[in-house]
Amino acid sequence: MTDNVHSAAGAPDERPPSSSVGLLGWLRGNLFNTWYNALLTVLIIGGLMRVIPPLLDWLIFSAHGFGAQATECRVPDSGACWGFVGDKLRFIMFGTFPYDQQWRPLVTIAIFIALLLASCDRRFWKPWLALLWAAGLAAVSVLMWGGVFGLTYVENALWGGLPLTLILSVIGLAVAFPAAILLALGRRSDMPAIRVISVTYIELIRGVPLISLLFMASVMFPLFLPTGVTIDKLLRAQVAFIMFAAAYMAEAIRGGLQAIPKGQYEAGDALGLSYWQNMRKVVLPQALAIAIPPLVNTFISFFKDTSLVIIIGLYDLLGTAKAALTDPAWRGFYREAYLFIGLIYWAFCFFMSKYSQKLERDLNRSHRR
Amino acid sequence: MSSDAQDSRRGSSPGGFTFSLSDPTFRAAVYQILVIGAVVALGWYLISNTLENLARQAIATGFDFLEREASFGIGEHMIDYAPSDSYGRAFLVGVLNTLKVSIIGIVIATILGTLIGIARLSSNWLVAKLASVYVETIRNIPPLLQLFFWYAVVTETMPAVRQALNPLPGVYLSQRGMWIPVPSADPVWAYMGYALLAGIVLAFVIRRWAAARQARTGQPFPAGWASLGVILGLPLAVYIAGGAPTALDVPELAGFNFRGGQNVSPEFFAILMGLAVYTAAFIAEVVRSGIVAVNWGQTEAARALGLPSGPTLRLVVLPQALRVIVPPLTSQYLNLAKNTSLALAIGYPDLVSIANTTINQTGQSIEGVALIMGSFLTISLSISLFMNWYNKRIALVER
Repeated sequence: MTDNVHSAAGAPDERPPSSSVGLLGWLRGNLFNTWYNALLTVLIIGGLMRVIPPLLDWLIFSAHGFGAQATECRVPDSGACWGFVGDKLRFIMFGTFPYDQQWRPLVTIAIFIALLLASCDRRFWKPWLALLWAAGLAAVSVLMWGGVFGLTYVENALWGGLPLTLILSVIGLAVAFPAAILLALGRRSDMPAIRVISVTYIELIRGVPLISLLFMASVMFPLFLPTGVTIDKLLRAQVAFIMFAAAYMAEAIRGGLQAIPKGQYEAGDALGLSYWQNMRKVVLPQALAIAIPPLVNTFISFFKDTSLVIIIGLYDLLGTAKAALTDPAWRGFYREAYLFIGLIYWAFCFFMSKYSQKLERDLNRSHRR
Repeated sequence: MSSDAQDSRRGSSPGGFTFSLSDPTFRAAVYQILVIGAVVALGWYLISNTLENLARQAIATGFDFLEREASFGIGEHMIDYAPSDSYGRAFLVGVLNTLKVSIIGIVIATILGTLIGIARLSSNWLVAKLASVYVETIRNIPPLLQLFFWYAVVTETMPAVRQALNPLPGVYLSQRGMWIPVPSADPVWAYMGYALLAGIVLAFVIRRWAAARQARTGQPFPAGWASLGVILGLPLAVYIAGGAPTALDVPELAGFNFRGGQNVSPEFFAILMGLAVYTAAFIAEVVRSGIVAVNWGQTEAARALGLPSGPTLRLVVLPQALRVIVPPLTSQYLNLAKNTSLALAIGYPDLVSIANTTINQTGQSIEGVALIMGSFLTISLSISLFMNWYNKRIALVER
């Protein structure tokens, strides 16, 4: 040691031994650091060697392309039949929307994705974002329904596929959000009656499965309305989703409200702000910023849950894929169908969960400062 | 604006109670009365519409239908059931089926999730990566899609009943699920069940006694081994005392289906696999965050005190990790129990699908939905109560 210190100025830095750097070092450190890890590594690589090549073979090498016909795929030992996706793509994506008008749901999907992306950027977290959303949703309803600007009218019984999934989840979210804020504030209110009503609502909805709410929407809502008034299936499902989302989002927002120190509330009171001024200007801006990661997580599970509408007979992305599978010509290609829509769901959810994690890290950084 | 100074949310005005909107107490009362009024009015409006509609469509009300004959068959039942039984009994069959899936699903998901959660923290890069690929893939795909996939795996890739696969003697795999041999009915099995219960109680007593003795004398007692011996030993003793029956009820092909043995239906398999695999991904994250939350210094301190690695994990790390794990784990259990309602989509006769059939046959949708919601609220509440009790037991005892 002492020798090193004396000669430190002159001698060149010694390189670490080759067994601890580079590829070899990485392998030693991460895969073969103990005897049981070495055993595990060998076992896993052996397992992967047995699984991955047949999987790739099925997915790509022996697979039939997007132009393939069902009869070509029915030969023995053939891989995936992407011809199913090629043939049914527009049905799975857009459902029974009139074929020559399907650019409209396509633009709808683009608008939804643009709105979601814009909302992810923190520079856009301004009051005018709400206006952007209103404009976007108005454009979506014009595009989907039509009947104005020379667009033919399309009744919403014909809607389906990805636009339906996005409409149910995004509009559900947008409408449930203000209701959730009110419920969360109600749950923390000093007024016993309002607190009891909020708690009852939130706990009741959270205690039952979404399916039972959808059921209620499909079989009980018609009984709730005065004689002669009917609302269609999509709207009923949408109302059920809003009721469901409001309860879960209220809990996420309550978490944010509880994280705000009491001094903030009291400071607002001391400034002479009324309750609503205090909430709007002091408490909610801070609470919502904290609540955004859990809100995004709520939205992810909500997005996945829209697939349940298949049970009350609506054709969202999962519904159209299942309907496409009932075509006698294409029976049995469930792997291709589920893999394809699974990938779409996964892409949306994965992006959102990564975003929520990034946001959480960013917000934590600003809290630590 | 000067009156705004009094506009505090709490406390009343200095002059006592006044009937003015600037008095917070009075204003709160007015708000509450308005809100209650609005809720009552909405409820009354909905109820009056409903009653009118029910009267117009001549739909019966009340739960009398539970006594009537159900006249539909149920594929899987844990208690005796025939179509001539009542709706009430059919519903009970559904509740038991839901509970069966929930309990087995929770056990499998917990084991799988714990293993994957630990694997994500493995020092082996490959193990950790595989576990995180599992978590990131599974939890971002809707559970219903996964259920459909598992169901299709059984019903579309398995051969027809007559060409059933026979991987092990007596085990058959076909489109209609799996048949496995089970021990033939014998009174000994029931006695073994009682012996197991007695063993569990005895093990509990032994643990308390051992803890008390160690506190009194400082002498440790191998309570773990003793309880294991009692829990396994008592049923084994009963089994041998009962003549050690070895007769098996082996399934065999008879006509278009198998007879004998125990059938695991494709529906049950799909819902169990789907929910266990899906929930395990979430439980893995819960377990991982719980383990990460325990400071590494705790392990080092335990080692410094001379504890071997087993007791370090059992006495130091795990009790602290569990405190972080249990509350989110509870909500995962609740989710799994609620998600059993997805069974409706693949035709497993859980309580939702039986209530659905009942609604379709009787038209009494309000009672049907009320039964579904009531049952799930009861299940959710029971899980919450149990987990809260457990949480309180393991919570940090502070002075």
